[in-house]
Amino acid sequence: MSATAAPDAAGGVVLRTDNLIREFRRKRRLLARRPAPLRAVDGVSLSVARGRTLGIVGESGCGKSTLARMMVGLLAPTAGLLEIDGVSIPALVRRDRRALHRRVQMVFQDPLGSLNPRRTVRQCLAAPLMALHGMNAAACTARIAELMDLVGLRSDFAERYPHEFSGGQSQRIGIARALAAQPEVIVLDEPVSALDVSVQAQVLMLLAELQARLGLTYVFISHDLAVVESIAHEVAVMQSGRVVEYGAAERIFAAPQHAYTRLLLSSVPRIAATEE
Amino acid sequence: MSATAAATIAVAAPAGRGAARPSAWSRLTHNRMASIGLVLLGIIVAIVLAAPILPLAPPNVTHIAQRLHAPLTPGHLLGTDQVGRDILSRLIWGTRLSLAVGVFAALAAGFIGSVIGLLAAYRGGLADTLLMRGIDMLMAFPYLLLALAIVAVLGPGLLHAMLAIIVVNVPFFARGVRGGALSVVRTDFMAAARLSGLSDMRILLTELLPNVLPGIVIGVSTTIGWMILETAGLSFLGLGAQPPQADLGGMLGEGRNLLQVAPHVATIPGIVILLLAIGINLVGDGLRDVLDPKLKSGGLARFYPVTDAAPGAQRRRGLDLPGEAAARLPLALRGLRTEFRVGRSVYAAVGGVDLSIAPGEAVGVVGESGSGKTVTALSVLGLVATPPGRIVGGEILHHGEDLAGASLARLQEIRGRRIAYVFQDPQTTLNPLLPVGEQIAETIRRHQGLRRAEAMRRAIVLLDSVHIPDAAEKARAWPHELSGGQRQRVGIAIALANDPELIIADEPTTALDVTTQAQVLKLLNELRRQRGAALLFISHDFGVIAELCDRVHVMYGGRVVESGPVAEVLGRPRHPYTQRLLACVPELGRRGPPIAPIPGLPPSTDALPPGCAFAPRCALAEARCSAGDIALLPVAPGHAARCVRVAA
Repeated sequence: MSATAAPDAAGGVVLRTDNLIREFRRKRRLLARRPAPLRAVDGVSLSVARGRTLGIVGESGCGKSTLARMMVGLLAPTAGLLEIDGVSIPALVRRDRRALHRRVQMVFQDPLGSLNPRRTVRQCLAAPLMALHGMNAAACTARIAELMDLVGLRSDFAERYPHEFSGGQSQRIGIARALAAQPEVIVLDEPVSALDVSVQAQVLMLLAELQARLGLTYVFISHDLAVVESIAHEVAVMQSGRVVEYGAAERIFAAPQHAYTRLLLSSVPRIAATEE
Repeated sequence: MSATAAATIAVAAPAGRGAARPSAWSRLTHNRMASIGLVLLGIIVAIVLAAPILPLAPPNVTHIAQRLHAPLTPGHLLGTDQVGRDILSRLIWGTRLSLAVGVFAALAAGFIGSVIGLLAAYRGGLADTLLMRGIDMLMAFPYLLLALAIVAVLGPGLLHAMLAIIVVNVPFFARGVRGGALSVVRTDFMAAARLSGLSDMRILLTELLPNVLPGIVIGVSTTIGWMILETAGLSFLGLGAQPPQADLGGMLGEGRNLLQVAPHVATIPGIVILLLAIGINLVGDGLRDVLDPKLKSGGLARFYPVTDAAPGAQRRRGLDLPGEAAARLPLALRGLRTEFRVGRSVYAAVGGVDLSIAPGEAVGVVGESGSGKTVTALSVLGLVATPPGRIVGGEILHHGEDLAGASLARLQEIRGRRIAYVFQDPQTTLNPLLPVGEQIAETIRRHQGLRRAEAMRRAIVLLDSVHIPDAAEKARAWPHELSGGQRQRVGIAIALANDPELIIADEPTTALDVTTQAQVLKLLNELRRQRGAALLFISHDFGVIAELCDRVHVMYGGRVVESGPVAEVLGRPRHPYTQRLLACVPELGRRGPPIAPIPGLPPSTDALPPGCAFAPRCALAEARCSAGDIALLPVAPGHAARCVRVAA
């Protein structure tokens, strides 16, 4: 299955990967040769257009989180092309890490685990404002209030510590921190998997609103196909490091071509099945 | 598993409720042993700090004429030593010196070790290897031998002895801090700090350090005692403080030769060393208990093997007698109420649940986290952690027998034999140190009294029946050698081992991938039907419930708000909560974001609103919703909802 689907041309391509590869060295056994490295991401070619959402689905170990970490510059690719606005991300990491972080940010899966338990919300949100945009204390205060309003949190929560928040509120803080950098692209790695259904719906709604208001581009990684269907414009299905199917979301969910996509779709338990 | 439930409860405590939990200081002073240590240490420190202003004889002035006076001699409260120096004075000045050396050495070793440990953990790779191999080399030498070697090279003297003590203690801190820091380095918030554009130095100091600091504080405070003992040891050997300077070890060494003639010369500094070490270690242990986050939720809890239950008469107040039918049911919960007491708050996790399961029936319980579904399931066999959990009301009937008041022996008869559990995370519920076959055989041997070999044969047959390939081979595998799906199959095999009447499965597929989940659900359903076991299935996923269950109970705020046949409840939900929750669930084939999320958050069970717990979030709420208790009323045959609107 070749990855040929072209993204919507209206906004132009923001993020692009071409034959991207990431290998991990495996542990060597005593008196044995080092085994061949593990290819967590094995020749992935994708592109995301401005203002769109690319959904990446797959099961644990398929390489989707490794791909996400490369996109934000936390991991270096072994080979292949990875660029944002036509600039190579690995090169940008070496040259000017902050310039990259001003363009692409990440929201993590575990809402509480992605917040330092010993820092208040204000400290957490001020860090990117000062380090990436050089704001002073006064500008920070104003911007933090704006950001908290944007994600639907009361601004008096700013002085609180992460353990005082529920999962959904913590994830809103995580989103606010990503927004603080004013990025073009946000990579969301399983952002709602740890949340309850009713809270998950709130966060998905918030993400959709923010995209419409700020023209954000999302890479939305999830193992939950129904969630991806509800938010993604394009979808890439990954299996053991490779993209096995890639195209418009409507097409993939309505007429899956690859056997693995069909297996995934048929495995989802459905409520409707009982209603007949 | 029960610990998880208690932890969930603690986590569920909402914002600004921290005050209900005792503060670190009050917990330290409430720990009796730590308080004794604190008092002991406080007295010693106060005395040695006051040494310059106390009316003491000069510690180093000799009076041969007055040598070896016994204690309580006028003018010499603790007597004099072999050259006539006042022991009390030397003791106080000596303790002052020893304590200062101990504190300084602990701080210095803690500082150097922490820097090495933090750098090794943060940098990783080559830096980590080099630093830690260096530390390993230091550790390869026997402790005291290394100190002796260092002093031998530098020459005797208190300063050199202290240096030696610092060097031999650095590895202890470096390894400890590296270990603690490694688990922090891999967290998402460290990645987030990098993405926030912070420099390495900032990340190290403001993100990493604060999270390992408690460990360092504990390490330093518990090692001061050791440091004092070690310096005393070197001084005792004549390598530390040089005469006439007094320190505890030196005094001990000088008194050693006079043990027969004047035992008090050696005994008194010995006692002070003992008291000092005891005081410091008690305070250190207390500090560790206070700062260890695992102990934060409710003090130094030790769990009982059975959930505590209120006396039967008290629990049954207001309940009518169970009908004849209850005797035939594998499980009937009647008005079950389970509470958690954390600090001054009471969490009514389960607030009056009625639920019954007929033989062979599959009943689902669905709800969001904090709705009480897991605590309901754990209450059945007394697996809720006590303290803080307690069954305060209602009955748990198993063929008419009330399990809430049952003895541990009786419950152990039933656990795994008549009623078996499958838990959410097979990774944590399997014993990592036993091969999986052994773990299945264990429960067979316990309940069927089979011999080891025979039980193992049965275990292999069971592994085969849960579709694990090469069952005989895999029975010898360790849990970590199996995939998540296989581990959960082992969990199911353990549950099935004694052909139970009822299987309670608490989110058994939540940790699994969707294709594995489909296989495990199919297997569970197949085996259940073959063996005629009833199933109580807890989940937050309506889809899973729909595929597996005959009837479903929807829980909110610790109570059942709607119950009935699955198709009825999911197809024609009557309670507004069920309706809104179903609308939140993204479903395949329904494009676009979920139509309408429910505003607000589920209530905390320590502050439930009166009447309907969902009323504050409900668009249809009226005054009478919050007026008083609302009954679960029938809306259709077998279908009931707890809402004022269905009665009308």
